[in-house]
Formats: sequence, C-alpha cells, structure tokens
Amino acid sequence: MSYVGVAEKTSTALARDREFLVFSLGEEEYAIDILKVQEIRGYDNVTRIANAPDFIKGVSNLRGVIVPIVDLRIKFRLSDAVYDDQTVVIVVNIAERVVGIVVDRVSDVMTLSDEQIKPAPEFGVSLPLDYISGLGNLEHRMLVLVDIEKLLTSREMALVAEAGE
Amino acid sequence: MMDITDFYDTFFEEAGELLTEMEQHLLELDVDAPDPEQLNAIFRAAHSIKGGAGTFGFEALQRTTHLLENLLDHARCGQLTLRRDLIDVFLETKDMLNDQLDAYRQSVEPDPEALEYICQVLRQLALEEIGEDVEGAAETTVAAKTGSEDAAIEAAKTPAQAETAVPADTGRYQVALLKVAEKDRRLLIEELAHLGSVENESGDENRYEVVLVSSLGIDDIEAVLCFVTEPDQLEIAPLAAVGPEEKTPNPVPDSVLKEPEKPGAARQEQSVTPPAARKPATKTAGGGESASIRVPVSKVDQIINLVGELVITQSMLDQVVEDSGSDRDSKLSSGLSLLSRTARDLQEAVMSVRMVPMDYVFSRFPRLVRDLAGKLGKEIELITEGKSTELDKGLTERIIDPLTHLVRNSLDHGIESPEQREAAGKSRTGNLLLSAQHQGGNILIEVSDDGGGLNREKILAKAAANGLSISESMSDEDVWQLIFAPGFSTAAEVSDVSGRGVGMDVVKRNIEAMGGHVEIDSRPGNGTTTRIVLPLTLAILDGMSVRVGSETFVLPVSGVIESLQPRSEDLYPMAGEDLLLKVRDDYLPLLSVHAALDVIGAVTDPTEAIAVIVHGQGRRYALLVDELIGQQQVVVKNLETNYRKVPGISAATILGDGSVSLILDIADLHRLHQSKKTEGAFHSIPQSSHPSTLESGHTNSTRSATAQPAQRTVSNVEGVNA
Repeated sequence: MSYVGVAEKTSTALARDREFLVFSLGEEEYAIDILKVQEIRGYDNVTRIANAPDFIKGVSNLRGVIVPIVDLRIKFRLSDAVYDDQTVVIVVNIAERVVGIVVDRVSDVMTLSDEQIKPAPEFGVSLPLDYISGLGNLEHRMLVLVDIEKLLTSREMALVAEAGE
Repeated sequence: MMDITDFYDTFFEEAGELLTEMEQHLLELDVDAPDPEQLNAIFRAAHSIKGGAGTFGFEALQRTTHLLENLLDHARCGQLTLRRDLIDVFLETKDMLNDQLDAYRQSVEPDPEALEYICQVLRQLALEEIGEDVEGAAETTVAAKTGSEDAAIEAAKTPAQAETAVPADTGRYQVALLKVAEKDRRLLIEELAHLGSVENESGDENRYEVVLVSSLGIDDIEAVLCFVTEPDQLEIAPLAAVGPEEKTPNPVPDSVLKEPEKPGAARQEQSVTPPAARKPATKTAGGGESASIRVPVSKVDQIINLVGELVITQSMLDQVVEDSGSDRDSKLSSGLSLLSRTARDLQEAVMSVRMVPMDYVFSRFPRLVRDLAGKLGKEIELITEGKSTELDKGLTERIIDPLTHLVRNSLDHGIESPEQREAAGKSRTGNLLLSAQHQGGNILIEVSDDGGGLNREKILAKAAANGLSISESMSDEDVWQLIFAPGFSTAAEVSDVSGRGVGMDVVKRNIEAMGGHVEIDSRPGNGTTTRIVLPLTLAILDGMSVRVGSETFVLPVSGVIESLQPRSEDLYPMAGEDLLLKVRDDYLPLLSVHAALDVIGAVTDPTEAIAVIVHGQGRRYALLVDELIGQQQVVVKNLETNYRKVPGISAATILGDGSVSLILDIADLHRLHQSKKTEGAFHSIPQSSHPSTLESGHTNSTRSATAQPAQRTVSNVEGVNA
C-alpha cells in the first residue's frame, strides 16, 4: 500500500494545465483527474457481494471504511483480469463516496495543457462517449481521459442506488 | 471582529433546552398552589430566550417571548391567577416558540400569521386578566431596540452624532467586566455596542468599566451577555441618565417595559449584583458548559471507527506474536496484553459517549398524554421509571415514533373513560407506565396501562376476516401477535373494538429494523403491557459468525433462536423444490444461504449442514449454513455510505483479520430467496457463473451480460415489497 502525494502539486500548477493519473488496462492507457484520487493500494481482502454485476468485485476495508471495489478491466472487457501482487486499486473520491477501482498498472502523473487534449471520436461501444472527457495527445502515446465521476455514478455501474428503489 | 452568527448554534441549543425545561415546569405546575420557584424558572426561561433573541435580531421570537414574559411576571407576582386553560395557552405559546426557533435555525422567517395569532392570544389574555395591553409595550420595545441599534452603528462612525441619535427613553449603566482577558473584553464591548452606545471605557484586567447608554434594562443586558460570558464576570449598575432626564424622571427604562408598579422589577434594576432569583438560571447556562461539551455526532463516530481499527490491529498483532511462538512471558506479549486491555477500555469509553439517558425520550410524553387525555375526556396519570437508563443517541431518535404510537393507542383504546372505569370497579384515573431498564446487553422499554386489555375474540374474528391463519386453540400470546400483521386494523370496525392494530405493523417493523423485538402481554380487564427489547446501541451488534463455503457471514444474535443439524426424517419436500424442516411441532421453511447468495463450494445436503432457526418479521425460518464459527460483538458499518443497498444484507462489519464480513438481513434474505425461486431460469444457472473473488487469480472476462438481469430482477422485487 502506498500513497501518491501528488494532490498538493496541483495548486501550484498553471490554471490551464490539469494533472492526470495515468493507468493501464491491458495495452491501453487511461487517465483520470488526479484530484479525484485519494490513494493507491494493493488488491487484497475483497469480500464478494452476491447478485452484483461481475465487475463489482465486492467490498474492502479501507481503515474502517467499507469501500466497493470495481474492476474496470471487466467493465471495459479489455484484458484478462488477473489478480496478483502487482494488481493495483486506485481509491477515488467521487460524489462524497469512496470507491476503489482495479487496474493493471499505474504508470505516472501527467500534466496536460488544453492543446494536448483532443475531443474524443464519435464511437465507443464498451465505454460510451459520455464518460470520455477527451483524448490526451503525447508524442507516441494516447491517453483516454475518463470522466471517472460520471462513469462511477452512472446507472450502469450499479454503484449508487437509483431513486425510487 | 466577532461574528455574531458563531453563537447562533449555542443560542438555538440553549433556547431549545430552556423551552423543554419550561414545558416540564408548566406541566408539573399545580395551578391551585403554584410553586414560586417553578414560576420563577418558567419566567427565567422566557426571559433568557428573549434576551438572546434580541441580540441575534430574531424579532418574532423576541416579540412573543416578551408578551409571554410579561404575563408570567404577573403570575409570579400573584396579579394573575393561574388556571388550567391559562397553562394551555402558555403551552401553546411554548410550541409556537419552538416553531419560531426551528424557523430561525433554518434561516427563514417564522410564519407571520402564527406570530400574529399567538400575539393576539397573549394580548387578549393580558387584557382580560390584568387589564393591560402588553402588545403596545412590545412594539415600543422592538422599535426602541431597533432605534438604539441604529444609534450604535451611528456611534461607531461618529461619536458626536451618537448622542443626538440616542432615543429618548434610555438608561445609563456602568458595566464592569471582571477578570476578562483583553481579547474577550474587546468582543464583549463590541457586543455591548450592539445594545446601545458605549460612552466611556477604562480599567484593567481585573476590573474594566464601560459606560453604556441603552434602552434596555439590566436584565436584558445581562441576558444577552450571558451567552458569551460567565455570570460572575459581570456587574451592571444604573447611572444617572444622560440628557433626557427631564423626559423620563426614572433612570431605568420602566416606560419601555411597562412594569413600573412592580416592586420586583424595581429591586432588580437597582441592585448592583444580579438578584438571587436570577442566579440559578445563569448557573445552568454557564455551569453546564464547563461540565460538558457539545460535539457533532459525526466526530464521535469517527473516533469509534478509529478505536475499532485499533482493536483490530491489536488482535492482529496478538496473532503475529502467537504465531511467532515467542516466549509467553516475554515483554512483548505482556505489553500486548496491556495494550489489549487498554484498547477495549477505550472502546467502551468511546461508545459510552454516544449514550444519552432515556429522559430524552420520556420527557416528551407528559405533554402528549396531557393533551390527548384532555381531548379524549379521560383521566390519566403518567408514571415514568428509569429515566436515567442510557441508550444510544441514534436509537433514542428512532424509538420516539414507535413509543408515541403505543402511548396513543393505550390512551385512545386501552384506558377506558372515567365512567367505564368506575363501572368496572376501578379508580377513575387510569395509569400509564413508561419504563426503561437494562437487561443484559439489551434495554427493555415497557408501555403499560391498566385499561381494558385486548379482546381475544374480536382479534380472532378480525384476523379470520383478513384471511390470516388462525385457530381457536392459539395461545393468547400468538393471538396478540396477530395485531402486528400488516394492515390488520386499517378497516374502520376495529378501531372501536380494540384499535391497537392501527399501524402496529409499522411499530413492529421500526423496532425490528433497530435489531429489537416487541412482545405484548394483555389480560382482559386488567390492561396491556407492550415490551420492547432493543440492543443498547446501533453501532455494536451481537453477532453469530457462520461459514458458508469459504465465506463468513454474521447473523444478528437477536434473530437466532437455536441451531441444529437436520435429520433426513425431519425434512419434508413441498411444491417441488421447497423443503420444510420439522422442529418439534413446527414446519419451518428451509432457506439455504448459499442458494440465496450464490456462494460456491457450500454444503448442499441439508443433513450435512447446520440449520439455524431464526425469526424475522414475525416469521421463523431455518437458515442452512455450513458451520457456526462463534459469537462476538461486531461494529456495524453501513454499506450504503459508499455503495448501495444489497439484497439480503443489512450492513457490514470488519473481522479480526481486517476483512469485511456481511451481516445477513434475515427477513430480506427470505424475500431474496423467494424472488430467486420465481425467477426459475436464473435459479438454474450453475453457481460457477458467479465466481468468488476470494479465489485470487481467477479470470473472468465477459460475464456482465448474465449478471445484469439478475441484479435488476432483485431490485424490482425489492421495490414491490418496500
């Protein structure tokens, strides 16, 4: 379990630049707003929840707080979801909730300027366009910028009870 | 610069307490021979609230309390003879004050119509009883006050203008601040400037004197400051009035308060130190603060959380030391056992912070009983026992509604009218007993009356009409339980029979939701006792850990009756897949946890498994689990904080090894089981389609399609049942 002490940096960054945490799912690289990230830890001790969608792995104990764990690899049907010592859980803070997301690897923290962010193309099957805030353009790399808050609070993630239920 | 809004919360809390106190005294007051101490206490409460309301600019509150205070003052001096209907008016006013307080708390203006109404009532009362129009006086006060506030603002800008801006009917006071630190002194003086204009100030740490010109009386100044200072730090004495002496010969603003004829007032305003009568009130406000602090519940919860973590970490360390096989007498292990003891003591101490006395709940019933008895034309004496019994704060809030319901039922349908009682050879006055006591790890709350009791025949007849399964040979206890059936007496006929069924299902459901249960004991002609057994706290649960496959679940012990290993001759199939288990003379539906929650690798043969007999929502089931692990207290964690409601699960907890375990919701588990049965296609899906996360390295890539519909089905069923 390790902390990423990057949240402080943002305040000094230029207003136009935004910082992203870059992670990979299989061969693809994704990025989420660093301000949503609380911490990064290993995948351990997850208690299964019956009758939940398969990408919801269950709940885990984060220092006394019960946190749901979502596997984005299964959700995006991207790679084989392997759980080993290297498996990483990014703990994010969204809409006053704490959720852990399982990814293959966290690579680095990137600062992107507005010019480096391109609009997302008009397609997308497993990851609807609604949840992509843009594409990050870096010489030989392309980062898919995920609107993690929108994605995790969406109806299809089944993380948040729907009204009237 | 002090922000006055910082003190809003303190004021709201204290004013709320004063109102509660006022109501209590009003209810206890003997109208024929009123206790002067109680009258004083009621007066002081109104007075303190008025003072605070004035400072914070809550005009409606100030106006109402002013009218009330004047009436109370006359009552205190014996100029107003108390009667029951007057007390009713006072109680009504108190309710109105509560409403106004609530409105201000939510930063909205109180209902102007209600304000006009209550002012009218109080004014009318004053006119009729003492021939005095207090309303006019109140208007003057408000006007003068506003005037003087403006003056204070003016004064802050240009002291020269202030003199001319000071309203005619003002007094000059020497306000001495004793032993007030420099920093606080500035705040107090700023505060004084809100009340009038500060003319002169001098002195040192020990005694700092301020000359204040204000339209308010000493009492008001004191009442205002008592929210920010200790009473013994303040001395106020009137000085000769400035300029307008000719207009108002009397230096004290009697013309404003319209109380010149009152000897008590003159004494108070002229004395240098606060009169003795005021002391107890200021003491409670100031003294209470030094002995206790107000803390948001969320902070306490966070501490409880952390202490829970500490205890888990400690037991983890214990395990490590034990596994390492180090010497039992080593310093390490003795240190650990010390840590263990301290951690547990700490946990207990922190939990007790959440505890509040039952008085918090019981104190609202005298009023309810009084009002309802009056309305129903019944004579009722309410007795409360065990007011100091402590219970979790979270539970006290939630027990109020069910208890109110039970008390209402007792009054409405249980206790007979005085005539009926006399005819039955009982005293005219019915008794209603509310009691609370500790019983093991639980709290036992009883609502008991000496009324007519429940009518067995009529309940049975009604149950039959409702299509409930009954038999003439049922025990009384089982018959009384019938009134908890949903919709049992929503039909009109029952309300004049026993009527106790009105919403009793809701009462029962609420109590079961808190992990408790309800019992009824009733003897015809001798009354009814409703017994509520609740856990002491919502945060800790007596749990029974059970193993199913490789997963551990926790069952609330309160729902567990017994456990046994089913024998094949006691198993009876019914309607295909259903199995019933015969336990003594009962046939209980067998419900396997592994089927309901898709646990793989669990024991499927009932005769190899353990049947835990549980009850939930009035029914009993046999839950099939693999193994009973043991009983322990667990800290209850809400799943919905970060996730959502999970069918069949009520909450989660953290086990000694730091892993999360789910707490089974017995009644909901049954619903889940049923819904899975009706969804036959889903039921037949092999369990392997729901892989366990406990198996590390397990791969599954495209299962979301099968899991999704199941989720939806369950949700729908839940919606129907909710």
